[in-house]
Amino acid sequence: MTKNRQTKETPVAALAGNPNVGKSTIFNALTGMRQHTGNWPGKTVSLAQGVCMYKGEEIRLVDLPGTYALVSKSQEETLAAGFISGGEADCVIAVCDATSLERSLILALQVMELTDRVIVCVNLMDEAQKQGIEINLAALSFELGVPVVAASASREEGMGELLEQLRRILDGFEAPRPRRCGVVPDSIRESHLGAEALYGASGRASDEIAAQFVRRAEEIAKRVVRETRQDAKTRTLRVDRLLTGKVTGPLSLAGLLGLVFWLTIQGANVPSQLLQRGFDAMEAILWAVADSFHAPPWLSGALIAGVYQTTAKVVSVMLPPVLIFFPLFTLLEDAGYLPRVAFLMDGCFEKCGSCGKQALTMCMGFGCNAAGVSGCRIIDSERERLIGMLTNALVPCNGRFPTLLTLGALFFGASDAWLAALVLTGCVLLGVGMTMLSSLLLGKTVLKGAPSHFTLELPPFRRPQIGKVIVRSLRDRSLFVLGRAVAVAAPAGLLLWLLGNVSFDGMPVLVKLSRVLDPVGIWLGMNGAILLAFLLSFPANELLLPVCVMILSAGGSLAQAQTMDVSSQLVQAGWTWKTALCVMVFTLFHWPCSTTVLTIRKESGSAKWAFLGMLLPTAIGVLLCRVLQLTL
Amino acid sequence: MQQRIPLAAIAPGETVRVAEICVEGALRRRLFDLGLIPQTLISCRFAAPAGSPMAFTVRGAVLALRTRDAQEIFVERVS
Repeated sequence: MTKNRQTKETPVAALAGNPNVGKSTIFNALTGMRQHTGNWPGKTVSLAQGVCMYKGEEIRLVDLPGTYALVSKSQEETLAAGFISGGEADCVIAVCDATSLERSLILALQVMELTDRVIVCVNLMDEAQKQGIEINLAALSFELGVPVVAASASREEGMGELLEQLRRILDGFEAPRPRRCGVVPDSIRESHLGAEALYGASGRASDEIAAQFVRRAEEIAKRVVRETRQDAKTRTLRVDRLLTGKVTGPLSLAGLLGLVFWLTIQGANVPSQLLQRGFDAMEAILWAVADSFHAPPWLSGALIAGVYQTTAKVVSVMLPPVLIFFPLFTLLEDAGYLPRVAFLMDGCFEKCGSCGKQALTMCMGFGCNAAGVSGCRIIDSERERLIGMLTNALVPCNGRFPTLLTLGALFFGASDAWLAALVLTGCVLLGVGMTMLSSLLLGKTVLKGAPSHFTLELPPFRRPQIGKVIVRSLRDRSLFVLGRAVAVAAPAGLLLWLLGNVSFDGMPVLVKLSRVLDPVGIWLGMNGAILLAFLLSFPANELLLPVCVMILSAGGSLAQAQTMDVSSQLVQAGWTWKTALCVMVFTLFHWPCSTTVLTIRKESGSAKWAFLGMLLPTAIGVLLCRVLQLTL
Repeated sequence: MQQRIPLAAIAPGETVRVAEICVEGALRRRLFDLGLIPQTLISCRFAAPAGSPMAFTVRGAVLALRTRDAQEIFVERVS
């Protein structure tokens, strides 16, 4: 953030468009790896920003949130409208979807009301061609009065032309003269008043303004779009009816989820063991090296038995499932399946007095609860946003998933991988069920109010780009998650080693603490060591199992911790399938990680809600574990 | 004049024309911004297993609305 707008060193271009038009694909194609997500100075919502080079000159690119309008109805719209009308962008690229040009033109026309410097980029041309949709680009450019560039961003087609056009406008070689609907007067264009004018003074005026854009988009589309066949649409419809059908819908949802878990469990097994063996061999070398340097035992102990062992465990336990799970999940996301999930689930969420968009933030929660909590910004009503934030941690994030996966595979998957997959699917369904139940409860108690509206777009199915999905999910998710886990694991390993080696009352502090917690732990169907591990993994849930093993080794209950895999270590420590089940339930429902708690605090603006966000899942976990302990 | 029926009452595969939108509040402007205004042609694609939401085709895009909200949108059958 060294360069700012005043210096005018690097021109700024913003990408605006509806959700699902491939804005981010264009952004990725233009910026490559030169991008980051962070707060724009003075803006609270974080934006993806990047730099692209064209003919030796830099252009800063900002990926605005996907919106349907610029009328300041949600945080996203306010941000996008402010960015465009406030003159922060030197040029705006309005991205349209070639497969539904008429609809995406509505937003492009609104962008054109706010500024002169607009390029319309018609993306997904390849998809449109497959569907038999032809677009007369020259006519479109004439109708709009701004340059039009055709693109298929997923194949990186049209990117050069887009940059060339961008450069021409930024350098002043070309000045677009948008043919406007005339809603915003010239006097307030390029000022923050412009966006207000888009909304209109009264309800009926607002209707009329919005209708003007729609009618103009319809008129333009009639002149430039020609549909030659209908077969692709029929195919999408057939798949949709299958995926959202009365019987086939829920069945395919459960089936797909089960399949993803099964593949993850089956695939992660062998590499996980190989990694562990590799790390063990490396550890032997490290000890030998420490010996040859006559390193003091406390130093080699802290570094090797503490930092190295914990980090190695986290990596070997987490890396393989994460490497398989995230690309699979991203594949479903890319194919357009997630909105169908929201569609299937909205009926239930409506009955729970909350909004169907919560299904989407819930899906984000499966990736990362902190991300899910900030994702709740898409929910317009304050009340439902809070419900979404407070219940987000009830679905397992990727920090807890490996624990569930590992325990599921260890204690239920030995005989049959399908049983493990069933248990995991059960975990997910339990999480989803609890999300709904808690939403209902919150809506009836602390967060009373009427449910707000719900609209959801179901984008056409797209063939996911398998290669890119793998690279992207590795880079954005797997490595990020792993990096975070390692960053937390290393210092935590040191702390753990200290707690395990500093004595108090004649025994290591770790053992002492776990003895103190034993009554509570046993009351919950677990034990003190596990409860202590839950407490110590507050910075990152990924740490749970490694910490468990560490506490067990410190207590001397394990003879040779290094040479055994996690499974036999846990069994030796007296874990049964019942213990595993209670741990899995408590993994699902306990206080969220510190990052998530801080995010709730930040997003809700109050420590009270952050506290409730910790209390709610913990109460559920305690209740369920107690019931399991009493009944099993 | 043609008989007006709520959008929620049309069957999958049926195409109708929007006559009047009685939805108020934030959803009203959202529908307008999505291109759903009076005179718009709209067709029902399918409904969720529970009956709500329902998916409609509006101006080439597929849009899901809750049945409750679709009750407040009145449409006319097109011959």
